[in-house]
Amino acid sequence: MANNADFEPTLIGFLCRWCSYQGADLAGTSRLKYPPNLVPIRVNCSGRLDPVFILHALRSGADGVLVAGCHPGDCHYHDGNYKALRRVVMMKKALETFGIDPRRVKLQWISASEGELFAQTIRSFVEEIKALGPMEREGKPAAAQAPAEVKEAALHAEEARVLKGEG
Amino acid sequence: MVRLIINGREVEALEDTTVLQAARRAGIDIPTLCYHEALSPYGACRLCIVETGVRGATKLAASCAMPVEEGLQVLTHSPRVLDARRRVMETLLRRHPGAVEKLAPLARSMGVEPPEPAPGEDPCILCGLCVRTCEEIAGVRAISFVGRGDERKVSTPFDRPSDTCIACGACAYVCPTGAIKIEQVEQVRHSELVLGPNKAINVPFLQAVPKTPVIDTRYCIHFRTGACSVCQRFCEPGAIDYSMEEKEEEIEVGTIVVATGFQTFNPSRLAEYGYGKLPNVITSLEFEKMSNAGGPTAGQILMTDGRKPQTIAILHCVGSRDENNLPYCSRVCCMYSLKTAHLAKEKTSAKIYELYIDMRAFGKGYEEFYKRVLSEDVIVIRGRGAEVTTYAQSPEEEGKLTVLCEDTLMGKRRRLPVDMVILSVGLQAQADAAQLARILGISRSADGFFMERHAKLGPVETNTDGIFLAGACQGPKDIPDAVAQGGAAAAGALSLIDAGEVLLEPFTAVIDEERCSGCGICEPMCPYRAITYDGEPRVAKINEAVCKGCGACAAACPGGVISARGFTDAQVLAEIEGALAPVAA
Repeated sequence: MANNADFEPTLIGFLCRWCSYQGADLAGTSRLKYPPNLVPIRVNCSGRLDPVFILHALRSGADGVLVAGCHPGDCHYHDGNYKALRRVVMMKKALETFGIDPRRVKLQWISASEGELFAQTIRSFVEEIKALGPMEREGKPAAAQAPAEVKEAALHAEEARVLKGEG
Repeated sequence: MVRLIINGREVEALEDTTVLQAARRAGIDIPTLCYHEALSPYGACRLCIVETGVRGATKLAASCAMPVEEGLQVLTHSPRVLDARRRVMETLLRRHPGAVEKLAPLARSMGVEPPEPAPGEDPCILCGLCVRTCEEIAGVRAISFVGRGDERKVSTPFDRPSDTCIACGACAYVCPTGAIKIEQVEQVRHSELVLGPNKAINVPFLQAVPKTPVIDTRYCIHFRTGACSVCQRFCEPGAIDYSMEEKEEEIEVGTIVVATGFQTFNPSRLAEYGYGKLPNVITSLEFEKMSNAGGPTAGQILMTDGRKPQTIAILHCVGSRDENNLPYCSRVCCMYSLKTAHLAKEKTSAKIYELYIDMRAFGKGYEEFYKRVLSEDVIVIRGRGAEVTTYAQSPEEEGKLTVLCEDTLMGKRRRLPVDMVILSVGLQAQADAAQLARILGISRSADGFFMERHAKLGPVETNTDGIFLAGACQGPKDIPDAVAQGGAAAAGALSLIDAGEVLLEPFTAVIDEERCSGCGICEPMCPYRAITYDGEPRVAKINEAVCKGCGACAAACPGGVISARGFTDAQVLAEIEGALAPVAA
């Protein structure tokens, strides 16, 4: 897999309304810094996640998929997160048979008060996908896969960091 | 009712009572030593002697054992009676010199000058109260009278340590002369804060709601041995029912206000302060209990040896603002520490040190109070208390608790020898907050308290409609703030109830029953049992009134026949494609 330093992954995140989406909101209100690579899609519960959505995302341009829900035992709908867990585990196995690196799908429990955890999850996931390189898709050259806006934003973020001396 | 004539006056007495009881009920004071209203009479001490019968044919008898009779004539304070009682008391005191100290006031009130007290002697006056108590109240008969004449005493069989004694303490409690001592009475704990022994039936604290006594069945003798029942016998309205058991009730409600409060930080974790090991190191809450006029010391501030402390140190932020314990500030401790200093100063005039990090006096009148406490010569030192030690390094520190700290304004380390250390403990969520959050389906913030919907705009709601928060369960706060929040929560709950109807979200699931293949996979998916799987042919049906819209069934349906309204497959897939459109292009 090609791994150019320019590569800015595009990530899709399925966030549950009651916990992980609120955690993401909290990261925002707390002004936490994290890379802008993830597009969140809100569902009522991580249990809504049809495993096909993961496949569809990877097929449609995402380099990685994050599934985030309430901590086990805390699901707003009782046990939807357990269903999500089973489906993600199953999907990762399926991806492996398809020849797709299962590390492109990440499952993380994030509660409504865990803004920092959300930010940190994004930071780590972006680095992990960068290391894996862009997702190979039929007929698409590897290098041109990050959308222009994402590359632009990443460049600004890099500049800001350097100016502040954070390196 | 039975009619007696006591001291020439007609007195009505209840049937099956004694002359003593009738006289006392009529307000006539007859001294006793071996009588107790909860025990059967014994007639040992003879102090309750009265004169009965008609003039010329009277006799002296113990009124505690004399049943009332219609027309009985009784003299309780005739010269003959008074003389007899005085002789009884004199004999008693001479026979039991060890009891003189305790009985002297009663003797003097009868006109008897007590002999010199002999504190080393046995104070037991053989009144038998302890024996009767052990038999009738405790129901175990661990002690009784043994020996005769001069050798008569109260003891266990063969003077051996008793296996049957249940250490209830009742014998020590009824003994009029303190002849029975109980060592290491187990402290009855109705809360964490009891500083002294308590009774098995009591009102937990003065502000309890409802303010009715409750029996702790772990310690109640009736529940341990089947005996006693004194409380039930003496309850006039007959309110005591030993067969009452805890009941579980199911109540259906439309709104819930969670006001479950907080717990204080337990400073036993902080070995450096010696809480639980060193005497006279107490928490602020224990100080509060001691300071309460209804508390174990009747409001006095005392050390464990009964003395008033002459120097006190109050340590702020115990457990709070601490990366290793509670990282947050508990908000109320600075102000309650100042109050503690103020109260302690008032009650003991002790020299008071207050060790603080910052002084957070943020509310109405708070800064003014702070100034006032400063003007009362409370010595405030800016520096967290580091250690409390009994290891003396100078003569002033001998026998004291020495508090080590750094006075950051002076730039010096200091050692403060004090008599008492009060730890201002922080506030934390209740121990069962996680469990309660799960039961109610609400979230907790990172600090463990219940999470409000929005830090600024939703301080009393939770993310779950209909469940509100009030008070310290949502975060440390003082009484005015808790009251305000309680009002807001109540208003929120009321506005829901008032509306008469509830607006529900439309995100329910719907099945195309015609296309349902009847596989039955969806039915166990629903946590609310909104899906029924039956009929002819068997297909799944969804009860939309019960459906909460989680979408788990829609995700599971292999035929794609269930639509989760608002989050249909088509909608989510369109979102995915839309989000990735710039990349896919």
